[in-house]
Amino acid sequence: MIPAGSPAARDEAARCLELFREAGAVPVETTILQPADVLLDLYGEDIRARAFTTTDPIRGEMMLRPDFTVPVAQAHMAAGGDPARYCYAGEVFRRQEIDETRPAEYLQVGFELFGGTDPAGAEAEIFGVLSDALGGLGLRAAIGDMGLIVAAIRGLETTEARKTALLRHVWRPRRFRALLDRFGGRGAIPAGRAALLGLSDPLDGAGPEIGKRGRDEIAARIAALREDAAAPPIPDTARELLDELVAIRAPAPDALSHLRDIAVDLPAIGPAVEAMADRLAALSDRGVDVSALDFEASYGRTALEYYDGFVFGLYAAGRPDLPPIATGGRYDALTRALAGTPAGRAGTPAVGGVIRPDLVAAIREMTR
Amino acid sequence: MIRLGVPSKGRLMEKTFDWFAARGITLRRAGSDRDYAAIVEGIEGVELVLLSAGEIPRDLASGALHLGVTGSDLVLEKVPNSGTRVMELAKMGFGGADLVIAVPQLWVDVDTLDDLDAAAAAFRARHGHRLRIATKYHRLVREFLQGAGVADYALVDSQGATEGTVKAETAEAIADITSTGETLRANGLKILSDGLIHASQATLWKSRVADWSDADRQAHAALCLQLGV
Repeated sequence: MIPAGSPAARDEAARCLELFREAGAVPVETTILQPADVLLDLYGEDIRARAFTTTDPIRGEMMLRPDFTVPVAQAHMAAGGDPARYCYAGEVFRRQEIDETRPAEYLQVGFELFGGTDPAGAEAEIFGVLSDALGGLGLRAAIGDMGLIVAAIRGLETTEARKTALLRHVWRPRRFRALLDRFGGRGAIPAGRAALLGLSDPLDGAGPEIGKRGRDEIAARIAALREDAAAPPIPDTARELLDELVAIRAPAPDALSHLRDIAVDLPAIGPAVEAMADRLAALSDRGVDVSALDFEASYGRTALEYYDGFVFGLYAAGRPDLPPIATGGRYDALTRALAGTPAGRAGTPAVGGVIRPDLVAAIREMTR
Repeated sequence: MIRLGVPSKGRLMEKTFDWFAARGITLRRAGSDRDYAAIVEGIEGVELVLLSAGEIPRDLASGALHLGVTGSDLVLEKVPNSGTRVMELAKMGFGGADLVIAVPQLWVDVDTLDDLDAAAAAFRARHGHRLRIATKYHRLVREFLQGAGVADYALVDSQGATEGTVKAETAEAIADITSTGETLRANGLKILSDGLIHASQATLWKSRVADWSDADRQAHAALCLQLGV
């Protein structure tokens, strides 16, 4: 294994960075110590398991940069410019609580594109620039599109509260499944809940009033539970279509025709399906053989929170033990969250990707 | 010599001494209450080290101890991938306590993790910060909530009197050890029906990473035979 900061890995990083500059990106630097509050607000406790936390007596809690996306997006949002392309290379730091063979420190080299008016073109550009930089390594590409599942949820004939709850858990498939089953009238309703909703004044004699969550908030949730209990279940046919959608795994052109079939019964995903068609056309125009792209509808659902559209990963064929050599995608939801823009409103369009130069160097050494 | 770590004070020490005595091995302090020197009788090749219960997991994981007695909650919390570093030899049947998630009794709408997740989402939208859960068991609680798909919470550190943090409004809920639930109830809290994170008890552990000489292995085999583990 090539050490994360070896000369070979650094050479790879420099080589990729130069290619990204030639592709029109402006090099940017970010600090290694990042304020923890922004990352914690975005990712919650999950980030504590992944990032090293340290403290400064004046600045408070800081984290060792777990990736570049957040600080680069912040720098772009402060500086403006449309479209804007940035590249960077440097160390990222990850705690490893489970797999101690994974490095706690490694290099990343990345390319990010903000703004623009041609989303399919921007996505094809990022994918193209990264895969060109890794040409000759025989990598396998997997792609997905979180926009499809998001559109399918928005198109369900059910209450807004249920759609909001499902959208919130798109990146947590287990909880998503439990919610969908319950909203479909399938999951068991907890015994306590039926009893609670049967009471005329559930808060009568409840217990001492302590803490910040007040009686009005509890009453509001009980009202929401009553409303939900009265709402008709999501029909089985709609849930089956959603299941069929998330299970699609096929070469990209076959997946596209399958999705067009589903869109006949689920017209809400129509625009997302056509966005995927535009993307495949834009990739084809760049010379990418789209029939060699493996489309997985659930790709990115467990790992890439805030990636809400096109997602991709490049993998070393024959090395299933290695993590992806490159990953990326569209993360408009992240720029929206950083700007405090309400859900449903447009944020800064953002798409980007990163390469692991240490893994590239390892593959080159192996094939030499 | 095999180094056996045992909690240096309180009921945990006494119960541990009783447990070994019932199996024909005498553990005792050498001198006064202030002196941590200790004596082992009834078995050869074992040295007794009296330590804080909280430090025993770390010393087992580093190999500073060959054997140790401490709560399973502490080992799971403090030793990542604990199965690769330590091995459970015997559950000792005392020191039982449950690590649970508890919320105010007032929250009649919150009985399960599913409810907690929904309440956390609404709480965050209303108050502009995540629902705070006070605990000292950060890793265990985080892994438990992550596995259950609960979002929009934040853990805040509490090293003692955790039950009081809700009243003090430094947290909205807690995750703490309880044996009878009495302190929770007295502080206006209730346990979630699916909020049991770990049922802990005093446990005898073997370090997989300690230096085991041939003599140590023989002494260990003799000890295990005598203890019936």
